Amino acid sequence: MDSRNSINSPTIFNITTKVFWLAAVLIVLAGWIASSTIPAFKEFPEEWIFPLKDYIDRFFEWIVYEVKFFVGTFAEFKPTDITRGFVAVMKFPLEFTESLFFNGFGKILPPLPWITVVALAFLLGYWIAGLRTSLIAGFSFLYLALFGVWKASMETFALVIITVPFVFSLGVILGIWISKSARVERFWTPVFSIMQSMPPFAYFVPIVVLYGVGDAPAMIATAVFAVPPVARSVFLGLKSVPNDVIEAGLMMGVTPRQLLWRVQLPTARNTILVGLNQGIMMTLAMIVLASLIGASGLGSKLLTSLQGLKIGQAIEQGIAIVVIAVALDQLSQAYANKPPVYKDRTLPWIKQHPYLSIAGAILLVTFIIAYFVPEAQVLPRKLTITTRKFWNGSVEWIDDTLYDTVQPFRNFMLLKILIPVRDFCRAIPWPTLVLLVGLLGYRFGGYKIAISGALMILFPAIMGLWTPTMTTVYMVSLSTCICVVSGFLIGLLSAKNKLLGKISIGFCNFFQTFPSFIYLIPVLMLFKVSDLSAILAMLLFAVTPMIRYTILGLNNVSSNIIESSRQMGTTSWQRLLKVELPIALPEIMLGINQVIFYSLFMVAIASLIGTQDLGAVINGARSGNKVGQALIAGFCIAFLGIASDRIIMAWTKLKKDKLGIRE
Amino acid sequence: MSRPVKIACKNVWLLFGKGAKSFLKKHNNQPTSTQILKAGLIGAVRNVSLDVHEGEILMIMGLSGSGKSTLIRCMTRLVESTGGEISFDGKDLLTLPKNQLLELRRHNMGMVFQHFGLLPHRTVLENIAFPLEIQNIDSDTRIAKARELVKVVGLEGRENYFPRELSGGQQQRVGIARSLADEPDIWFLDEPFSALDPLIRREMQDEFLRLQSLLNKTIVFVTHDFDEAVRLGDRIAIMKDGELIQIGTPEELVLNPATEYVEQFVRHAPKAKLITVQRIMQDDTKETVLVDSSAKPLAATDTLEQAATRIINSDKALSVIDNNGEIIGSVSKQNLLSAMFN
Ligand SMILES: Nc1ncnc2c1ncn2[C@@H]1O[C@H](COP(=O)(O)OP(=O)(O)OP(=O)(O)O)[C@@H](O)[C@H]1O
Ligand SMILES: [Mg+2]
Repeated sequence: MDSRNSINSPTIFNITTKVFWLAAVLIVLAGWIASSTIPAFKEFPEEWIFPLKDYIDRFFEWIVYEVKFFVGTFAEFKPTDITRGFVAVMKFPLEFTESLFFNGFGKILPPLPWITVVALAFLLGYWIAGLRTSLIAGFSFLYLALFGVWKASMETFALVIITVPFVFSLGVILGIWISKSARVERFWTPVFSIMQSMPPFAYFVPIVVLYGVGDAPAMIATAVFAVPPVARSVFLGLKSVPNDVIEAGLMMGVTPRQLLWRVQLPTARNTILVGLNQGIMMTLAMIVLASLIGASGLGSKLLTSLQGLKIGQAIEQGIAIVVIAVALDQLSQAYANKPPVYKDRTLPWIKQHPYLSIAGAILLVTFIIAYFVPEAQVLPRKLTITTRKFWNGSVEWIDDTLYDTVQPFRNFMLLKILIPVRDFCRAIPWPTLVLLVGLLGYRFGGYKIAISGALMILFPAIMGLWTPTMTTVYMVSLSTCICVVSGFLIGLLSAKNKLLGKISIGFCNFFQTFPSFIYLIPVLMLFKVSDLSAILAMLLFAVTPMIRYTILGLNNVSSNIIESSRQMGTTSWQRLLKVELPIALPEIMLGINQVIFYSLFMVAIASLIGTQDLGAVINGARSGNKVGQALIAGFCIAFLGIASDRIIMAWTKLKKDKLGIRE
Repeated sequence: MSRPVKIACKNVWLLFGKGAKSFLKKHNNQPTSTQILKAGLIGAVRNVSLDVHEGEILMIMGLSGSGKSTLIRCMTRLVESTGGEISFDGKDLLTLPKNQLLELRRHNMGMVFQHFGLLPHRTVLENIAFPLEIQNIDSDTRIAKARELVKVVGLEGRENYFPRELSGGQQQRVGIARSLADEPDIWFLDEPFSALDPLIRREMQDEFLRLQSLLNKTIVFVTHDFDEAVRLGDRIAIMKDGELIQIGTPEELVLNPATEYVEQFVRHAPKAKLITVQRIMQDDTKETVLVDSSAKPLAATDTLEQAATRIINSDKALSVIDNNGEIIGSVSKQNLLSAMFN
């Protein structure tokens, strides 16, 4: 029976392992020989470079300076009128929150006193999830007040509070739209994956060209960054509404609109709120980063400190950002998990809404206190605590005492490892890498993945960015290798030991709330400006998914399988190597995939502390507002991520099919 | 059956897959299963014709994947039939405009689902009131109605619970109450008790019978459990691979299974409880020699279980009388044994 066979056997694009290795060796050898004889193979010839970036530049110039609609009529306008109009409109809500949190409403009303905000934070935490969350939220804000970063924090906060609803509503609209038709979904899926794998710096440039600098352009950049995960959660949430629930609704005779608003969206609440949590965290991270295009607040303060190498100040501001991140994360996570509670509608308003009533009371009382006690309005500087001295002292101490150990280590790493690896990566002839990626793609995913992968690797060459791209490849592969090895080991130990597992997961959760920017501080403190610092920052940032997925993969191996292999009398080593690891491998590969994405994301940010790769190219483009260069370099990074993602996912799918694991 | 027809299905087809409609037209509404398979389609419902009579409980029964759910989704137009005709109260259901369909579902149809389909963010009371809420009926009326229904399904005291705080059986009671909120005259139930464990299932079946004795609705009930079908149904329709194999009373199915497939279902059926005396009696009233005329005659509508002791303990055959007390035949031990063990 032929038909049965074709159903059962998974699609493997079978070239045998032998042929695969043979082909790989041939490609390497041929590339080596060819590149030493034919110069076009060694270095991508100038005249083959396609000047896409010039076209993009010209396109943007055309948009900004030349396009006009309704020329000659009273309604004549330019595209930039629209973008600047958007900026002008966004000024209103921004001004409102700014007045609310730190400027005050002219002479009429002062901004929220710090005691009000802190008290409300305690209350909000308590309402959402009880005492623990209440203490976390309350003390976080108390910290901001006492440690003298109140104003900058409130600036950041004012921006976040406007941006989150903006991002969330865009995400919800997009998610609903995508869930409506498979065609729309097919269009947005690749767009999302590009949006998410583009380094933000790359789209900063066109945004600045179109929208200028400041808080409103920062909101646009944040939307590009944070809307996709929200939309994805909304989409997944809507898809996961059980069929019975939808049909039950239909059988009651709901209209399409009622179905969406009263049946689907409320049922998908939890998944959507998980998306909101992600959206909030990404918004905060991006608002901090967007200080590069003029967003105010902690981010811009931190940037100034970093650029001036004022480590003490930077650490204080960094901690403030982390504190805000932790508070927002805890609150929004707890809110996502908060089950609906029954409300008795016959009770008086105050009893139905006890928390709102208390909030009102707090507002009233604290404002009165603040009116009479100015210290309750704004904490004077002499009452705040500063740790700057301590941090600066530590840095000095490190410089003095650790210099003798750090310096040799740094030199050794740079000279003996980093530079050789870099030179090796740069020396790979471009056709060799393109073909190897194609071969790998073919082996795991067939010709489609082979061709798309090869093209994505070819792209930097055609754009004339081969050398910086290979520099990025070198940093990313180094950081990925170290992350994979160390993350795997930590994950392995954590999976075997309950206590250690709890600690590691806790650490992962904690560190994952950190906005990426923060990771630059400690490495800068220890290793100053160098590739080593960049790679270490990438390492710190990218190791968490590896740990997490390793633990997940190993914990997912069903206890049945372990039991049965124990019965066969395997030693625990044999069990690990022969049973647990092979089964956990697909999950672990997903971890590696994440590590690569995280590294690529960080590589662009690390360019702020001086590297020579694609990140630096983007950074250079930023200062000259060169849209083409920024976007092209951004695409190069995105394509590196997408190509490796597609190959790894194909490989994972193959493995899962083989093991009979299906999602 | 003298009862009026509520729903009439005529040559209903439902093929899943691309281009199903034109495919069906091309084959003159008579494609064979190999043709369907070749076209890459799935024949979920194939050429089904059946009537649902007012006030009856029609059970639709078959193995998993036999198209039971799809068939009742055709009747409710949750899926659009690929071909055939369905009429509801004499109206053509399949061409009914959207707004009229909406009205029909709001007022005439109710449905209960295997996995309950409750809204997780609403309390029991709010779930039950939901069908009225979407019709913009005022809050007092719908809450009053919902409270009444809570009582009907025996959930008093749990009005303000959320679905996650209820057991499976309780959740299905909410599902049942909700489906009754807009007082439908036809009630669809798609394996309502399959997700419950056996003891609870039994309890819910009794509950169902109790409700039906109060409400007297027309019911289409999907199950894959023949015992359930026998216990609850007036008639049973048996499906296989999308086709309707046989439809009839439990007794008819037990006595004359149309195919091997039906026979497999009825093999373990409690025959003694299903077959009535009149089905196994001999019509000839003349051969009086063998009949014990002195003994009290059997009623024609008695089940074998009820009549068995007397038939076995009597040396001769016993005569059978109809409702009017007239002798219409006789039953012997032989008749009983061959009916039970053939
Ligand atoms: N949306 C769909 N798309 C494609 N095929 C479907 C779809 N829904 C059902 N089918 C197929 O139609 C056939 C009949 O399915 P249906 O759900 O009606 O069976 P069922 O008798 O209700 O089974 P069960 O007892 O498992 O509920 C099955 O082969 C099923 O795979
Ligand atoms: Mg079904």
